[in-house]
Amino acid sequence: MVADALTRASGRARRDPGAPTRWALRATAMLYLGLFVLLPVVVILQRGYSDGLTNLKDALDNFGAWNAIKLTVVMAFLAAIINGVFGTLLAYVLVRIRFPGREIVSAIVDLPFAIPTLVAGVMLVALYGPSSVVGGWLEDHGVKIIFAAPGILLALLFVTLPLVVRSVQPVLAELDREEEEAAQTLGAGSWTTFRKIVLPALRPAIVAGGLLVFARSLGEFGAIVFVSGNIPNKTLTAPVFITQLLSPGSFGATGGPDQAAAVAGLLFGLAFIVVLLTEKLISGRLERTS
Amino acid sequence: MSQQAHAEPIAPRGRPASKPESRGRAVRAVLVGIALFYVLVLIVAPLAGIMYYGLRNGVGAITDTFSQPDVRHALYLTVVIMLITVVVTTVLGLVVAFVLARDRFPGKSLLSAFVNLPLAVSPVVVGLMAILLFGRGGWFEPFFSAQGIQIVFALPSMVIVTIFISIPFVIREVVPLLEELGMDEEQAAWTLGASRLQTFLRITLPNIRWGLFYGMALSAARAIGEVGAVLVVSGQVQGSTETATLYILRAFDQYQAERGYIVALTLAAFSIVLLIGIEAFRRRSLKRAGQE
Repeated sequence: MVADALTRASGRARRDPGAPTRWALRATAMLYLGLFVLLPVVVILQRGYSDGLTNLKDALDNFGAWNAIKLTVVMAFLAAIINGVFGTLLAYVLVRIRFPGREIVSAIVDLPFAIPTLVAGVMLVALYGPSSVVGGWLEDHGVKIIFAAPGILLALLFVTLPLVVRSVQPVLAELDREEEEAAQTLGAGSWTTFRKIVLPALRPAIVAGGLLVFARSLGEFGAIVFVSGNIPNKTLTAPVFITQLLSPGSFGATGGPDQAAAVAGLLFGLAFIVVLLTEKLISGRLERTS
Repeated sequence: MSQQAHAEPIAPRGRPASKPESRGRAVRAVLVGIALFYVLVLIVAPLAGIMYYGLRNGVGAITDTFSQPDVRHALYLTVVIMLITVVVTTVLGLVVAFVLARDRFPGKSLLSAFVNLPLAVSPVVVGLMAILLFGRGGWFEPFFSAQGIQIVFALPSMVIVTIFISIPFVIREVVPLLEELGMDEEQAAWTLGASRLQTFLRITLPNIRWGLFYGMALSAARAIGEVGAVLVVSGQVQGSTETATLYILRAFDQYQAERGYIVALTLAAFSIVLLIGIEAFRRRSLKRAGQE
């Protein structure tokens, strides 16, 4: 018995899962991702671009189409910059500074991961909408947030805040503090130390987080649909525009699924490139640290 | 020159130590202040806003809302979709995670790119994909309509799009844990004659469970909150294909903001309970990783 077990243990077949199991697992994984992920992507490209760029051109001829795409990209870019800065600050504060309530703040930062995006939009309308106390006061002073660009930006910032914080936090926590102490012993001020020592080490994580914010913001729908008011040429974003293309007539857009697919392909291509870049950055960082 | 160079490093230490220290403390206080202010304006204040609107009309409005058949059905549908999604993304996600962490074959990196792809796709686009595959003129429409199975504007398409969106969460949490865990313990178990299933249940699963729970909780949160994809495929039929989020959309459209706020608050409360679970799982998972 023992000898049997030993020979089996030393044999190759016993070391890794047997070939049939391995193939079954592989096949299941490929079938799952192939059916649920690859196939839908292929159908978007096929329907949107089988006639070349005609569908895209037709879609962009719709009223407010170009501005919807422009607005989406600009807002996503702003969200990436602002949350890049504040997300890094939050990560720094959470990792390096002890203050009462730190744990609670850390949990609140994760809240946007859990709260439905649509509910986030409802929350922003409840607070900053024209009929609320805060929103009414702001409106009296000439600041319009809901049904305007600032509302869209706020919604994106809300939804994407954890992305940068959670990207920077682990890197900062693992950062060796000896270099910083050395710099300070040599007379560098804390700002100089941060700029010359800490920031360069964090840069890949910050950029990766910012890119994720950008990609996520390009496609965000739930948080925006309430807050923006969807006014063509003003506050209509690309994802909402796609839903309008799918129900022509009700919003004045012509459209149909093929045009929607063309715009979707454009949006999706941009976002996917960004996500691939991010993965590269993150894996590059892992290779360097190990 | 050389004297100066000697004197330099000593000088900053010799200088009044209290001054930079107190300045450092002030800077830290300002940083904490800015961070707290940002979180307050962006997250806490809106949360307070929705609590105010949801609760201001008291218990009567709340019981009235929950006695509406369409509200009940919407919440029920959301729970059903969430449960199916979590089961599917957990079971099949574990298989994918095992293949990615343990197996080697050409095309593996492509498979791992597919896992992250749903993160890059707008929910609206996900809905559109389902319409293009199963809707009128879609690739699979002839097959399913011949079988008499309704996919689009019915539960199946709503489940499919929600699964698509929730695919990455379990896989992304479990793969790094499996890689870190290695195969030593499993090999020991096999050597001692344990079957593959026994090894998985007794050795592997206990080691990865907190990360797995974290992924499942994220998956559930995403499934409950999905709106863009479901909006496109569901047809929004009241009391039939209307989920909780779609109900909220309609409530505000039809000037029933009161009920909209209450259902939104319900979802928010559920998410916060889930979040507390997520935090606990994450902490345990990190602690576990720290021990290894």
